[in-house]
Amino acid sequence: MPVIEYREALNQALAEEMERDDRVFLMGEEVAEYNGAYKVSKGLLDKFGARRVIDTPISENGFAGVGIGAAMVGLKPIIEMMTWNFSLVAFDQIISNAAKTMYMSAGQFKCPVVFRGPGGAVKGLAAQHSQSLEAIYSHFPGLKVACPATGADAKGLLKTAIRDEDPIIFMESEALYGRKFEVPEGELLIPFGQADIVRPGNDVTIIAISKQRHTATAAAEILANEHKIDAEVIDPRTLRPFDMDTIAQSVAKTHRVVIVEENWYWCGIGAQIAESIYKECFDELDAPVARVASRDVPMPYATNLELAVLPSVDRVIEAVKQVTYA
Amino acid sequence: MKVESAVAKKPSRSDAPASISIKDTPVDILIELYTKMIRIRRFEEAAFQQYQKGSIVGFCHLYIGQEAVAVGSLSVLNPGDKVLTAYRDHAHALALGMTADSLMAELFGKATGCSKGKGGSMHFFSAEHGMLGGNGIVGSHVPVATGAAFAQKYQRNRGVTLCFFGDGAAQQGAVHEAMNLAGLWRLPIVFVVENNKYGMGTAVERSSAIKDFYKRADAYNFPGMQCDGMNVLDVREKFAEAVNAARENFTPCFIEAKTYRYRGHSMSDPALYRTAEEVEKYKHLDPILVLKSDLLKKGTSESQLEGIDKAAKDEAKASVDFAAASPEPELSEGIKDIYARPWGGNLLPKIEI
Repeated sequence: MPVIEYREALNQALAEEMERDDRVFLMGEEVAEYNGAYKVSKGLLDKFGARRVIDTPISENGFAGVGIGAAMVGLKPIIEMMTWNFSLVAFDQIISNAAKTMYMSAGQFKCPVVFRGPGGAVKGLAAQHSQSLEAIYSHFPGLKVACPATGADAKGLLKTAIRDEDPIIFMESEALYGRKFEVPEGELLIPFGQADIVRPGNDVTIIAISKQRHTATAAAEILANEHKIDAEVIDPRTLRPFDMDTIAQSVAKTHRVVIVEENWYWCGIGAQIAESIYKECFDELDAPVARVASRDVPMPYATNLELAVLPSVDRVIEAVKQVTYA
Repeated sequence: MKVESAVAKKPSRSDAPASISIKDTPVDILIELYTKMIRIRRFEEAAFQQYQKGSIVGFCHLYIGQEAVAVGSLSVLNPGDKVLTAYRDHAHALALGMTADSLMAELFGKATGCSKGKGGSMHFFSAEHGMLGGNGIVGSHVPVATGAAFAQKYQRNRGVTLCFFGDGAAQQGAVHEAMNLAGLWRLPIVFVVENNKYGMGTAVERSSAIKDFYKRADAYNFPGMQCDGMNVLDVREKFAEAVNAARENFTPCFIEAKTYRYRGHSMSDPALYRTAEEVEKYKHLDPILVLKSDLLKKGTSESQLEGIDKAAKDEAKASVDFAAASPEPELSEGIKDIYARPWGGNLLPKIEI
């Protein structure tokens, strides 16, 4: 299987879906002539032309709305946020319009727009450019939220997102753009709402969101080798819809849960997942659910402070020891 | 009655023709415009009464006084064109051909409403009529309208989008971004500020650095025009020109319609920020009276016009009866239309109702 960068997997998904459907277009800052701020859209202008690969001014609120309007009348827009941090100036468009138009119109107008771009913490980018926004976008009915952490998931989920009929929040991981993964060539469709059991195990369930999947798997190896603890790592891959069945089956086996995410602790997505586990799996639990999240502070710049804020392998191991009373 | 123009005499563009003379417009068109305006007036009066009775809840913004703007502008559209407006949307929906029954039922929150009771006063939609809302966040729909126009150009379907907003919305950043994109990409869209002098209770002079909104079009490299929003023929003529340019040449336009609302901003607004004399002055410029006096001069009989008014009142009353007799939405309706294909299995969040 070919080994390619995460960003190339996204590029394949975009190119394949644009090839397949003329209604699909890509719009955003620097996506065309600059070939993408992070090169995700490299080569697409040459391949598809300026009608379908469209540079915008720095007007996120404006072009997010353009995507919504175009979707309402039959196109399939892909709106790139250079990073999800900038989506906050378009928050009104995404929440007030994309998420609600179909409901307010009683199904007369669907809104099949994909908002995509990189998110999450990145070294040295400091408070305004380094944060995870999965939890807030997962809050709103009407949106679907995906956060792929591998090349194959990036490609397979993005292709599914583009074909979907609902507004999609597609949160790529900026820190993973340059990482290489095995990615199948050609058609690859991964359904939303299907968690990935990354590493099967029996002693504890570690649910890891976005790139924390890799923190969790690294921790799981150490737990197996040094602590004789056999962890099952699950990446939900989409937060709306959310595959509770896979989680519940795992909890029934391990009886212990750690949730790892980059969102802040208070009102993080892990809080909701924990509540759902308490509600559905209360009798299965042998320990309270433990959560590893970002510390409740804006992201500092200094590397040592930044590392202290983010989830880490050590913090995951500590949380696993806590729930296994090891 | 002497009818004064609400706008400056001088057109904003040297090539803009003078107002269509009453004698140039066929009587059947004049009657149609008159009928639509008076149907809107009577519908809004009925909505006012029903709101007072408690049959309508939430926010309700009436269009009384502004009828010429929606009626004149939408009268020049083709089937397939798209329209977006803000929350004062009853008139645009009626003028586009949505039925009074479906609108009043929506106000009543009934299953027979145009959005099955899920939208309410501020969110009238109709795919059939090209009505893309009915939008509640001030200025937020203007980028969306620009997207509809983007799609029309992308698909080369010769469609045009009309985007209405108020003088209050004109100060929103989203409006600036959208107009810049439309000018940059040469989209087939006409932006319309319905300048009724007040954004809720704030007079234009207290919210806008510029007095004449249409001049802002210069900043976006497309034409701007002012029209007398109390004169349906002036509205119709200016929009005919703008819509034609958008359709044929992808030239966007910004039209400022100078108009006035007689009622408060919403049902809870006693409008204490303006004088009774000011309201009276505009009632003498009433768009329905203006056209009525023109029609009478042209030989239309008083009894024919009374008949039209009676039919409008009957329609409004019938819509109230229809809405009152209609069923509430089933509770199961509340969880429909959130996603195109609701997911099965144990995929939280589940909805309990």
